[in-house]
Amino acid sequence: MKTPGPKDKGATARGGGLKISVCLGSPCLASGAAGVLRALRETWGEAPIAVIGTGCMGPCSRGPMIRIERDGHPAAYYERMTPQAACTTVAAHLAGAPPGQGRLAPDFPFIARQTRIVLEQCGRIDPNDLNSARAAGGYRALAHAIGKMTPEQVCGEIGASGLRGRGGGGYPTGTKWELVRAASGRRKYVVANGDEGDPGAFMDRTLMESDPHRLLEGMVIAGYAVGARDGFIFVRGEYPLAAQRLGAAIADAGKAGLLGRNILGSGFSFRIRLRIGAGAFVCGEETALMASVMGRRGQPVIRPPYPAQRGLWGGSTLINNVETFGCIAPIIRNGAAWFRAMGTPGNSGTKVFSISGDVATEGVLEVPLGTPLRELLAMAGGVSGGSFKAAQTGGASGGCIPAGHMDVPVDYESLKGLGTIMGSGGLIVMNDQRCMTDVARFFMHFCQDESCGKCAPCRTGTQQAARLLDRIAAGEATSDDMSQLEQLCRFMQETSLCGLGMAAPTPVLSTLRWFREEYESHVRDRRCPTGVCAMEGVPCRD
Amino acid sequence: MPRLTLTINNRSVSARRGESILSAARRSGSDIPTLCNLGGLIPAGACRVCLVEVAGYPRPVPACATRAEQGMVVTTDTERLTAARRMIVELLLAERNHSCAVCVMNRHCQLQDLAARLGIDHVRFAFISPQAGVDISHARFGIDHNRCILCRRCVRVCDEIEGAHTWDVDGRGAASRIICDLAQPWGTSTTCTGCGKCVQACPTGALFEKDAPTQKATIDMERLSEWRRSRK
Ligand SMILES: Cc1cc2nc3c(=O)[nH]c(=O)nc-3n(C[C@H](O)[C@H](O)[C@H](O)COP(=O)(O)O)c2cc1C
Ligand code: SF4
Ligand code: SF4
Ligand code: SF4
Ligand code: FES
Ligand code: FES
Repeated sequence: MKTPGPKDKGATARGGGLKISVCLGSPCLASGAAGVLRALRETWGEAPIAVIGTGCMGPCSRGPMIRIERDGHPAAYYERMTPQAACTTVAAHLAGAPPGQGRLAPDFPFIARQTRIVLEQCGRIDPNDLNSARAAGGYRALAHAIGKMTPEQVCGEIGASGLRGRGGGGYPTGTKWELVRAASGRRKYVVANGDEGDPGAFMDRTLMESDPHRLLEGMVIAGYAVGARDGFIFVRGEYPLAAQRLGAAIADAGKAGLLGRNILGSGFSFRIRLRIGAGAFVCGEETALMASVMGRRGQPVIRPPYPAQRGLWGGSTLINNVETFGCIAPIIRNGAAWFRAMGTPGNSGTKVFSISGDVATEGVLEVPLGTPLRELLAMAGGVSGGSFKAAQTGGASGGCIPAGHMDVPVDYESLKGLGTIMGSGGLIVMNDQRCMTDVARFFMHFCQDESCGKCAPCRTGTQQAARLLDRIAAGEATSDDMSQLEQLCRFMQETSLCGLGMAAPTPVLSTLRWFREEYESHVRDRRCPTGVCAMEGVPCRD
Repeated sequence: MPRLTLTINNRSVSARRGESILSAARRSGSDIPTLCNLGGLIPAGACRVCLVEVAGYPRPVPACATRAEQGMVVTTDTERLTAARRMIVELLLAERNHSCAVCVMNRHCQLQDLAARLGIDHVRFAFISPQAGVDISHARFGIDHNRCILCRRCVRVCDEIEGAHTWDVDGRGAASRIICDLAQPWGTSTTCTGCGKCVQACPTGALFEKDAPTQKATIDMERLSEWRRSRK
């Protein structure tokens, strides 16, 4: 089979020209990137200067971000661009005197210290242009997998890479693929979980917006490996840009023979459809997600049967996280051993984190698994507005890591040892102005609102736990309330039907583990040490 | 019919393949409490009062929705399970407005029975007391949401046995609510056949027959579902 020869649109940018990239990720668009792109195109949009719109470059809170590249020079990144500043900056580059204004240092750690595997092409290619993705190596892994490998070999390679699901659980991806491959039945399905409902998580959005073809490629390879002909991408309704770019990417890939009937002339056919969520966190849970895809009420059902046994319309179903699919093409291209060489034993490869909260730079970081938390913070420029107090991982299902454990290697087992979870990669940094009982209260209210309401422990337990936390915040709680809260938490963990209810108590138990004295001063002394909770008879409700 | 053997409360029990732990346990004389389960309906595993411990499983499992497996060792009555069951019933009593004195099902209610069986004499939690509302627009029946424990037996019986699918659940979490058709008064429903199965299936006084207090659970759903299956 012939590997498709991509047409390189960026070619005009070479040969001494300037290549100007403007980030068009959601955060940069929100701070005005569209105007910057327009101004640059109007002023400089002709050869030998190329102005392209890309996806996310990483340091989102510094947007609009632009990058200027010139042959023989290191790329220069500029932050907080206005249309005018961007034009002036380009003019200065052309004149050979690059300005200092807004320029990030060449070794700006947020960008320089990343190991980008999944996000390899994010911020480099034009997400709306299939040719741009293909010029950067997109769909080469697909051609290799369906041209030169058997489905067994593909599953074996993914298994050998040691890749674990990036949706939170860390289940071995190769094992899951093999289960679906070996399952009987004519109809099988591949589903990408792009629900990403955790507060503070935006890794999957970044990949879907910035390099949609990477997700499609991973899914088609998965379909080939497990013997499925149909795929679904479930995108949360709050991500319209991701949905729009994915929709366009599906159409383009279909026209180019990379999706649909007889892919690349191989005889293998695979189709992908988009499903947009309706705003429920619980729809990220795999059985609820499948119910929603089938047009039913998005609420979990008891497992077993697992999706691999009985999923969509009764068929064996492979469901993986968006980032998990994002790892597939590089593994096929470079081999399992290459992937395993990154990270630590049992924790192969890289992980994407979205870091936010009290840090100098908020945005999206990709690092090898096992990187110490301290290094992630350093890459984000350190804590802002005070000293480090804690970092929340795993969102509403996770817990916090206190200052004494900043050297913890960020991998599945080490985080578990500290009573939290890796989760999907949201990392919320909190400085010493934050009240930890207030944090726990926030997450419990979140879970109360997001409980699907099917099982009694989660539906009623979150209501009562949120009330108890309200009482603590208002300085009205007694020590009985405290023990009742702890009892309720253990009860929900043990008895809830799905992961939402089981994990809803984690933020409370984790803050109790590391910051119990803060709870005690709320209860015993009726005082909030940080002053966040309004006391003195003024309940701080919402 | 293939059979298997498992241990329930130290007693060796034989079960049909595919049979639930609950049904095997009941046959062997271990009475596991239930609320959302109703023989003949597809189990929902929602209320969690039937949780039992299975050796080697990290968490308790719902007996109504878990199949008996060869060699399983099941315990249905540990202190941990009783504590969890009490917690569930107290939480349900605190969630809406269960005023037994004025309820059509007083002394026939499964929630009340279970509270008595567990020896619950007070509720540790704050009563939430929502304004849940009543719908008496139907000529013969009524629904008092204050007494609803969201077990979904009405939803399932109307869908699985009567085939009308009049009931569904709207909202989520604390805002979950049983609705009729497109959230309209029951009296205006175009799908309800007036068969009364939902009223029979409801374990509490939430669904009731007007002017006919406390005659419930007369229909054997298990029989009905078998009859329905045999028709197919
Ligand atoms: C309440 C809840 C929410 C979840 N949300 C997500 C989500 O937003 N994205 C995701 O990929 N997985 C989510 N999961 C995990 C999925 O159920 C599932 O395990 C995952 O998509 C499997 O993919 P992986 O093996 O690639 O990690 C959630 C689980 C629970 C219990
Ligand atoms: S744990 Fe919560 S979200 Fe999960 S089934 Fe129960 S009520 Fe629904
Ligand atoms: S009376 Fe019969 S048809 Fe009407 S809602 Fe109840 S079960 Fe459904
Ligand atoms: S109305 Fe009755 S049967 Fe229906 S959910 Fe409520 S308690 Fe259960
Ligand atoms: S969106 Fe522009 S840098 Fe992330
Ligand atoms: S009776 Fe089994 S979960 Fe309700």
